[in-house]
Amino acid sequence: MTTMLAVRDVVKRFGNLTAVDGVDLEIAEGTITALIGPNGAGKTTLFNLITGALRADRGLVWLKDARLTGLTPERIVWAGLVRTFQITQVFPGLTALDGVTVARLARLGRGWHPFRLANREAVARRDAANLLEAVGLADLAERLVATLSHADQKLVEVAMALACDPLVLLLDEPTGGLAPEETRGVIRLLQRVALERGITVLLIEHDMEAVFAVAQRIVVLHQGKILADDTPAVVRRNPEVREVYLGRRFTDSR
Amino acid sequence: MNEPRRWLPGWPTLLLGLLVGAVLPLVAPIYYLHLATEVLILGLLATSFNLLFGGTGLLSFGQAAFFATGAYAAAFVLKGVAASMPLALLAGLLSGAVTSLIVGVLSVRRNEIYFAMLTLAFGQLFAVVFLQAYRITGGADGIAGVPRPRLGLAAFGINLAPTLNYYLFTLLVVAAVLWTLWRVSRSPLGLTLAAIRENPSRTAYLGIATRRYRLVAFTIAGAFSGLAGALFAPFQGTVVPDFASWVMSAEPVLMTLLGGPGSFFGPLLGAVFFVALKDTLGSWTEYWPLVLGTIVVLLILFLPEGPLGLLDRLSTPGRCEAATRAPNAEARA
Amino acid sequence: MDHAGTGGGLLGADPVLITTLVLNAVTQASHMLLLALGLSLIFGVLRVLNMAHGALHVAGLYVGLSVVQVTGSWWVALFLSPLILAAIGAGLEIALIRPLRNRHPTHALILTFGLILIFQDIFKLFWGVDIKLLAEPHILSGALTVFGVAYPKFYLFNIAAAMAAVTLVWLFLTRTIAGRVIRAAAQDPEVAAAVGVPVPRVYTAVFALGTFLTAFGGVLMGTIMSFTPAAALDTMLYAFAIVVIGGLGSLPGAVLGSLLVGFIDAFGLLAVPGWSIAFVFIVMAAVLVLRPHGLLGRAEA
Repeated sequence: MTTMLAVRDVVKRFGNLTAVDGVDLEIAEGTITALIGPNGAGKTTLFNLITGALRADRGLVWLKDARLTGLTPERIVWAGLVRTFQITQVFPGLTALDGVTVARLARLGRGWHPFRLANREAVARRDAANLLEAVGLADLAERLVATLSHADQKLVEVAMALACDPLVLLLDEPTGGLAPEETRGVIRLLQRVALERGITVLLIEHDMEAVFAVAQRIVVLHQGKILADDTPAVVRRNPEVREVYLGRRFTDSR
Repeated sequence: MNEPRRWLPGWPTLLLGLLVGAVLPLVAPIYYLHLATEVLILGLLATSFNLLFGGTGLLSFGQAAFFATGAYAAAFVLKGVAASMPLALLAGLLSGAVTSLIVGVLSVRRNEIYFAMLTLAFGQLFAVVFLQAYRITGGADGIAGVPRPRLGLAAFGINLAPTLNYYLFTLLVVAAVLWTLWRVSRSPLGLTLAAIRENPSRTAYLGIATRRYRLVAFTIAGAFSGLAGALFAPFQGTVVPDFASWVMSAEPVLMTLLGGPGSFFGPLLGAVFFVALKDTLGSWTEYWPLVLGTIVVLLILFLPEGPLGLLDRLSTPGRCEAATRAPNAEARA
Repeated sequence: MDHAGTGGGLLGADPVLITTLVLNAVTQASHMLLLALGLSLIFGVLRVLNMAHGALHVAGLYVGLSVVQVTGSWWVALFLSPLILAAIGAGLEIALIRPLRNRHPTHALILTFGLILIFQDIFKLFWGVDIKLLAEPHILSGALTVFGVAYPKFYLFNIAAAMAAVTLVWLFLTRTIAGRVIRAAAQDPEVAAAVGVPVPRVYTAVFALGTFLTAFGGVLMGTIMSFTPAAALDTMLYAFAIVVIGGLGSLPGAVLGSLLVGFIDAFGLLAVPGWSIAFVFIVMAAVLVLRPHGLLGRAEA
């Protein structure tokens, strides 16, 4: 299997605190991997390092054979790696359709046009509408995103991310703050979408039920280091991992 | 209903405005035509400002710099090169574009707060240059006797000196430019700029070169501010360094607030209120900054979206938070 | 500025002239340091750029004038004027800036920009447009010989006062509990609030402190160099230029920035008066291109 995303010996320090301490990861193409670990383990920092928000003190990140380290966040998106955020980042004052259209226009290289009417950009708008339908928001397309529910806003963010034609999708707590049925919906959606489009997915999650429902591989991060990196069944039985979670059973959803 | 409603749809409003403008000379005395010309020119300046503010989320305290640049450029052309309005307007447009491009490159490097202060600083710099370079710009006295030339070929031309003629000329030019700006605001570029306004950090993570888009917006705004200045020079007859002052830069801010930054025609409406206000205050204008400042403070505290925005809000419940909300913490820097 | 030399011929070989100029630059820098420190503090902790900050600096002089009129003492004015302005600053923060906390940052900018306009005219209204200057206290009149040059005692006092103020602020921020609380609120207001820090009150206190420093500098500066109401904006631009050059959130940066700007201004005034502000802006522009976070600023502003 081809390695889609490779993280090699990445280190990040903030003063005396080492947030990420020599992490090595290889994510295979088309797989869904979950990154779990207690709060403060360094998961979001790792995401920030991969997506160019932070510069690593050491180590490299590769997307297939393209080196991501040192690129700006915009370039990394163009290389094919897109992320969503823990605190949903959308365009509150725009409609859902407009928001996804902006993302699509950027991907198609048509965001520069100063003179055509945006609502006549047929290709971009049609793609955006299709994406919204794919995430189940077809009838909310003309609504202002600020007026949508938290769950729906998360879906809009996913649609925007998909509009960038990503090879790899990094999702930061996609089920954060969602009710159980909403969580299940998002999980099913992720599986379907990833499978249909062949997207490689890496997600940070705290909801163990979601993790075990969807992940083909689990990576456990603790104090900046990888504690375990294996299939769900194996990780579940790992005594160190159990200890880190203070003996909590993995069937708990929180 | 949670869909955005546009209170003043583009096409019809522009045509209506043009009609009203054309009819005005038939009903109003000359003095009001003079005021109306000022409304049009300042309205253009304010609309350019709002391309940045309402359209892109960038607050520029230095648009007067480009306005003044365009005015000086037009003055030079009309007095020294050729008595040609089209050439003067072109000079205003180009000089505004070039200077705003340079200032923009330096100003968009960091976040919106730095941007605002830098535009203020550069605006002051322009004012200082216009004042000090007296051999070129005439210093504090500025350039006097800027003519209103004939428009067109010698025998078939129209003399622009009469108020009525200059008013109609300005009406046509401003209408054409506003139509252009309107198209820009409704274009993919305009939509992307709106997204940058809503969440600048998100756009970066969608592969959008946020800085570059901001620079493009700034240059377009600067170009049309210069054009407004070029219209203003023959209108006033004199060009002085005060055209670049920070108090002058405050005027488009106020006009936009008076009308509402959320709507394309808000700034123009605000210009109407503004000119009316300035006209009625008359002798009070010794303390004009005090009045200006107080109104600005009150508006931003209690009515930041302006009357048009308020109308919008009252008719579409649930929309209120969107326009004034702060972008997420991650959006800083 | 009191220049000992004639101003003609760039610097020449006159050591007295050069020493005087250097001392002038340092004096100038010390006022700017107080101004910039106040701004950096407020901007760094509240993340709000008070555009009327320069106006409050200039107000230090005007209020000081009135205090002298009432009490007859410059020394009282030196401390009372900043106190009064700190109170006004606190009032501004509570009434005008706090309500805008959750709005787009441009709203606070517009509001404080409007305040500059208001302040400027208030100065005009109550104190007139003429150049105003405070009379220096008797104890500090006359000159002292430093580095082989007779230099006014009062100017030296300014330098000393500024250094003392900066040291006190630095000690306060790094050695006291209150200082730690402020730094916590600055770094992460949500977490600080969660552990019981009264963040709004901290903000008001910091705003008042920043205003005090600025007004203090204003009294000092207004005794050496006169002010007109128009200075309300220009001082703000200098303060901002210093913060950009030195780097936000860095005390050494504020010191370095002030020294640089002080030197540019003092020497620029000699060479090409009227254009010195242009030189400051050129340096600021250069810093923005080469080191956008300032010479000593931290990467995550």
